Amino acid sequence: MLKLALEKANDLFAAIAAEETLYLPIEKSGQIDFYPYETDAKVRLDALHTVKSAKDLFFPQSENLMEFKMQGKTIEIKEPKRAEEDYVIFGVKACDARSFAILDRVFLSDPVDTYYQSRREHGVVVALACSRPEETCFCNVFGIDATEPEGDVVTWIEDGILYWEAKTEKGEALTTKVAALMEESDGAGVESQKTQVQAIMEKLPLRGLDLTRFKKDELMNIFNDQAWEQLSDHCLGCGTCTFVCPTCQCYDIRDYDTGNGIQRYRCWDSCMYRDFTMMAHGNNRKSQVERFRQRFMHKLVYYPNNNEGIFSCVGCGRCVSKCPISMNIAKVIKTLGVKAHE
Amino acid sequence: MNNETLIPKIGVVTEVRVDTPDVKTFRVVAPEGGKVFEHMPGQCAMLSIPGVGEAMFSITSSPTNQEFMEFSIKKCGCLTEWLHQMDLGQQITVRGPYGKPFPVEEELKGKNLLFIAGGIGLAPLRSVINYCRHYRDNYGTIDIIYGSRSMDDLVDYEEIQTEWCKEAGINVHLTIDREQEGWDGHVGFVPNYVKELNPDLSKTVLMCGPPIMIKFTLQGLEELGFKKEQVYTTMELRMKCGFGKCGRCNIGDKYVCKDGPVFRFDELDKLPDEY
Repeated sequence: MLKLALEKANDLFAAIAAEETLYLPIEKSGQIDFYPYETDAKVRLDALHTVKSAKDLFFPQSENLMEFKMQGKTIEIKEPKRAEEDYVIFGVKACDARSFAILDRVFLSDPVDTYYQSRREHGVVVALACSRPEETCFCNVFGIDATEPEGDVVTWIEDGILYWEAKTEKGEALTTKVAALMEESDGAGVESQKTQVQAIMEKLPLRGLDLTRFKKDELMNIFNDQAWEQLSDHCLGCGTCTFVCPTCQCYDIRDYDTGNGIQRYRCWDSCMYRDFTMMAHGNNRKSQVERFRQRFMHKLVYYPNNNEGIFSCVGCGRCVSKCPISMNIAKVIKTLGVKAHE
Repeated sequence: MNNETLIPKIGVVTEVRVDTPDVKTFRVVAPEGGKVFEHMPGQCAMLSIPGVGEAMFSITSSPTNQEFMEFSIKKCGCLTEWLHQMDLGQQITVRGPYGKPFPVEEELKGKNLLFIAGGIGLAPLRSVINYCRHYRDNYGTIDIIYGSRSMDDLVDYEEIQTEWCKEAGINVHLTIDREQEGWDGHVGFVPNYVKELNPDLSKTVLMCGPPIMIKFTLQGLEELGFKKEQVYTTMELRMKCGFGKCGRCNIGDKYVCKDGPVFRFDELDKLPDEY
């Protein structure tokens, strides 16, 4: 393990950024999101979360898929360039880091999504352990250890010191480039931080969510549960939960006339929207309760059914803090999960 | 270039047949001639006019046709409106094939087949019918019950009259919703006609049509003693990617684009009724 005084972190960032693009949680206009590092950037490693999750770096909110040139009756297709250079994402928390594995099962399964794949291959994830989980956090429910995130490199910040440990080949390669800035450490600070964070985790209100009912053979029973009506009663259908969610992966494909051709782009979409399933001959999810149910059924039953029981939620708590009507997956789990004991 | 499934191929529209007042059948070939890709009966393709939209359509031609693919398309939205107005020689984009086909080489082999179609629902079944005609010895009897609003709304009427009706071992039963001048065939809705014809229970049923027809025909078949395990259908939901990633056609733990569009009714029973 290596270490560096936190006040010298900027030197580390500058050294990485000199060679490749470095994305960090940076505050701009009062909002924190992953942005490329600049010398005067307001880096916020202390923040619990970025507004948009780190999935944005692999599955961007909007991206060009291809271009068409239309001439008379002919069409010419132009493929865009994929990510060709390595880049670094620094400060990914354990929840977001786990979301990559969940998205991989969608985008890297046959047929592979090559746009996602090229970013994934070129992106180096430097995870940052949580030092201050909040009451909206429940990553432990999904078997995630906030103090031991998954990444090519894992870092911890404790008592003014940044600890750094490479975990993969990609991580080793990055470490070699910046090791001169750091010194060896026995990682004692890391151990004491882990103990402190685990003590906080013990007290978090959502840590005990019970997922036992969400099993394959319960699909129809949970789907037909009367509770969906009441749970979705006030849902505005704004889609905020899907946009801040690290595991929501539904997308739309649209065309845009640039005046110089047609650009076909992909953007995040939401199953909470009426348009999502709208067809010329009708809509198979006409009401908000049906759309609401679809989102949570997908995360808690459908996705796990197709992925060895892995839930499509990482307990980051973004939906808990962002939903305008204070509805969220934790309440859904609490309400529906309890039926197991009835 | 790498092999990205979202990137389509070019197809050229070489022939347009007017089937009904709102259905046209488009013949599509690769720019260098021949088919854009191979498929199996029941599979679909994403067709697009860049700038207008992209949507999923069933491939109505049989895979045994070596020269071209055909799509029977009903005018009902933005993209289909555009397709209906285009001129011969127009290029479109095509990608696919998508979805699980009818099990023509597996479960359906050696079976007596009953096709039940309503309106444009004949489009995906036509691919199977012509495939089975091509490999005639592999299948038992073929019965086709096909209904539409009026005789003007029967898709592929010419092929039905000049080929299917004339072939030994194929029984075609046509019906239209209401009496019409010049029509001396059966009049009445498909579900009732199926019950009247009282097909024997040895048959495997392949059904496609409007949801209301499907619902009542299935009820009728069950009353006659058919089991859901012997009835297949093909579904249609909104799709964007075509291979289970964009999330649109997700029903229960299935994606209609990749786990369907062909389902047996006993399989559908295990899924939420959201289609």
